[in-house]
Amino acid sequence: MNSPLHRPALHESGHRHANGEALYVDDLPPPRGMLHGLVYVSPVAHGKILRLDVSAARALPGVHAVLTAADIPGHNDIAPVGKDEPLLATDTVHCVGQHVALIVAESLAQARRAQAAIVAEYQPLPAILSLKEAMAAGSYLTQPHLIRRGDVQVALQSSALVLEGEVETGAQDHFYLETQVALVVPEEEGGYRVWSSTQHPSEVQAKVAEIMGLARHQVVVETPRMGGGFGGKETQGAHFAALAALGAGATRRPVKVWLNRDQDMTQTGKRHPFHSKYRCGFDRDGKITGLWVETHSDGGWSLDLSRAILDRCLFHLDNAYYLPNLHFSGRVCRTHQPSNTAFRGFGGPQGVAVIEVILERAALALGLDSAEIRARNYYGPAPRDRTPYDQEVKDCRLDRIHRELLLSADYQNRLAEVAAYNQTSRYQKRGLAFQPVKFGISFTHSMLNQAGALVLIYADGSVQVNHGGTEMGQGLQTKIRAIAAHELGLLVEQVRVMTTATDKVPNTSATAASSGADLNGAAVKLACETLRERLSPVARSLLGIGEAEDLSYQGGTVRGGGRSVSFGELAAVAYARQISLSATGYYRTPDIRYDPAIGRGKPFHYFAYGAAVVEVEVSGLTGEHKVRRVDILHDVGDSLVPTIDVGQIEGGFIQGLGWLTTEELVVDAQGRLLTHSPDTYKIPTAGDAPRDFRVALLTGAPQADVVHGSKAVGEPPLMLAIGVVSALRRAIDAFRPGAEVTLAIPCTPESVLRAITSLETHESGGNTRAIAGSAGIVI
Amino acid sequence: MKQLVAFEINGDPVEVAAPVHHTLLEVLRYGLGLTGSKQGCDKGDCGACTVLVDGQPVLSCLTLAVAARGKQVVTIEGLAKNGRLDPVQDAFDRCGALQCGFCQSGMMISARALLNEHPCPTREQTKLALSGNLCRCTGYTKIFEAVDAAALQEADPKA
Repeated sequence: MNSPLHRPALHESGHRHANGEALYVDDLPPPRGMLHGLVYVSPVAHGKILRLDVSAARALPGVHAVLTAADIPGHNDIAPVGKDEPLLATDTVHCVGQHVALIVAESLAQARRAQAAIVAEYQPLPAILSLKEAMAAGSYLTQPHLIRRGDVQVALQSSALVLEGEVETGAQDHFYLETQVALVVPEEEGGYRVWSSTQHPSEVQAKVAEIMGLARHQVVVETPRMGGGFGGKETQGAHFAALAALGAGATRRPVKVWLNRDQDMTQTGKRHPFHSKYRCGFDRDGKITGLWVETHSDGGWSLDLSRAILDRCLFHLDNAYYLPNLHFSGRVCRTHQPSNTAFRGFGGPQGVAVIEVILERAALALGLDSAEIRARNYYGPAPRDRTPYDQEVKDCRLDRIHRELLLSADYQNRLAEVAAYNQTSRYQKRGLAFQPVKFGISFTHSMLNQAGALVLIYADGSVQVNHGGTEMGQGLQTKIRAIAAHELGLLVEQVRVMTTATDKVPNTSATAASSGADLNGAAVKLACETLRERLSPVARSLLGIGEAEDLSYQGGTVRGGGRSVSFGELAAVAYARQISLSATGYYRTPDIRYDPAIGRGKPFHYFAYGAAVVEVEVSGLTGEHKVRRVDILHDVGDSLVPTIDVGQIEGGFIQGLGWLTTEELVVDAQGRLLTHSPDTYKIPTAGDAPRDFRVALLTGAPQADVVHGSKAVGEPPLMLAIGVVSALRRAIDAFRPGAEVTLAIPCTPESVLRAITSLETHESGGNTRAIAGSAGIVI
Repeated sequence: MKQLVAFEINGDPVEVAAPVHHTLLEVLRYGLGLTGSKQGCDKGDCGACTVLVDGQPVLSCLTLAVAARGKQVVTIEGLAKNGRLDPVQDAFDRCGALQCGFCQSGMMISARALLNEHPCPTREQTKLALSGNLCRCTGYTKIFEAVDAAALQEADPKA
């Protein structure tokens, strides 16, 4: 009817984006007297600071301050979890790009001159620059996390096929189009107002307060919107806000810290590289009998969120498949690189990639197609409904998605078409692969699954909605507006979603873990319900109806007993009758817990599901490849706003495609990032989008116990892009069917060409693959 | 050292005193307060700073302000006419072609330039014209749809 829920909708800020009026932090009119902050960073990967002389820099024209660790009034720590990350280095630097000093000047040009005038000497110390070096050196940030079930050794001994090998996945830069930025204005009572491009305003507030030695109520953080976040602004936005606050404190003037692209890429953390060793057994039908995985991640120089990211990797090594016997161990390594951090999927993609590489190898070895081997391993009825950490997989939609997608993507016919093409095409080969995903929804640190809202009704009936979530392009505000308009029976134009601010809703969690709409949407809904409960007696008296008669809120009008009153009139009367017209809402996810000591629990409220069919074409001469067609069927429950969800699925897939095929971060022997701009770091462009891209939402699939039957959508679709790796493996295999394919990720043209070339090497070396069905053969 | 630079911005004459090394983007954003054009990479790779100079798409982060002397510069703020969104702007909004929106003004300016040259572009022409504008949020699909929708709208305003 008139409800905006479950319908296509324009973006909440779409019109303002279209005419250039939407403001990001760097677009805000500069406050009077604003100064610019520039961070002086470590030029060495690991070293003792022997000398740091900023006196010449301080004396330069336009320079108001050059601040070092000694100038921090509060506690010099910016770590979100551990206490292992000073905001400004003290006696030792641990990576190129680590923050050492902050220059505050009238202009960035003057600040750059001051930067060049800083005199520093470092005594070089041995640096660990890669994950493999860290593994060899035993350099760790965490103890191992173990998840076990059954006896893998016994299972492998009796398996028809055993595969062993390694899977490495690389780093990925977030490349949010809006780089890190914060603006801080000193306020009365020694406090600060902070405008920060952050996914986590409450943490920015807490960190600014700690750095400045203040109570949190002295600091207000506001986030208008972000030009992309993707996890990169979950913890690491706080650094730049704290630096700007430090500068503002020292000068008592507004200070902005804005990074250019090269600074951003050099100074901030990336998606964690992972290295996994595996042994996996299969029976003759391609069913997994047991899986052993030992995985390591590169956490960079400090902990940041690495522990939780490693946990989520372990939680997703099963992806969509039941594993009767398993032994997973994972550990975070410490290297002298910027501290790696959250990135869409949060370790999940790195886990899913491992089992998908294994399955595609097994499928080729056993002569099964990509979809069939997966269907045989899906979760199913008991006892095949228990995850490795012993959570029940309830309401599993994999079979249904599999069935529907095979039909809509015309999978069987296209398998034949691809085979026919590969028969006749000598230098170009195609591959078709099937990629399901099951993704756990909730912060795995259970306490974080809470959210608050504050809804205000003004006496003219217009409404402001505040909540703890932040908008980074994912469409959260569009969904929140639809929820509020639905609950109060308003047109979306009557509801304004305010910028996120810590003085409206306190102690919020990061907008992360795909949970923004689940948590904040539920809180907004509860606040609106409270307001309706207060308004309804007033409405009944205005309409002259009793308790028993129906009252409906729709399209800005309240109806009952054949009469109606506008929401504005109702609000005015409620105000006149001294009814409170503001309410808070608070939501916490029920019944989730996990005990890492025993590797058991129910860390997730539910699972999101989806699947993709991916077709690629590879040139055997150059290794270049293109994605010819992608069909996706994704489960978002009863979509709150379908247009937003489809956009998330398309964008998530492309971001995964970039991680797996075009984006490669290269570090030199001194630990300096060489690919620190789009000159050399290639995210997908318009030309890289699949030629034919078909995205559909699973219909008639409401999710119980989530706001309006919806499901989270931000992260899960990214993993569908892993199907591109499987499809490439199949296309490469077609050049010499039967040869073992060794394909490194990211699958750049160079990587694909190496894989094709090594096929030939394999054969000339007389290396033949194991015959499927021979017991216990390791290939 | 500053120089006076006179040019036309979104139809209005303007004269600014700009340091000779300042880019057109810096003058637009920090001199004239036209913040719709974005600073994404500062080296002409991301396209977020794209503006029209004498009708041609130009990367304003690679263009010195003095090079705009005597020219007509159009930014996203000047694309709408008489309070009505340009068909490209309207189509980007209607098609949900944006997510975070940061790349969007540059993307729309490139799309406007494309349609000025090819009122009915093929998908390949669209991909080529937009290949210098990076978007990190979308899968580009809806951006292509928006360009097609704008072309259709301009071919038949009643459609």
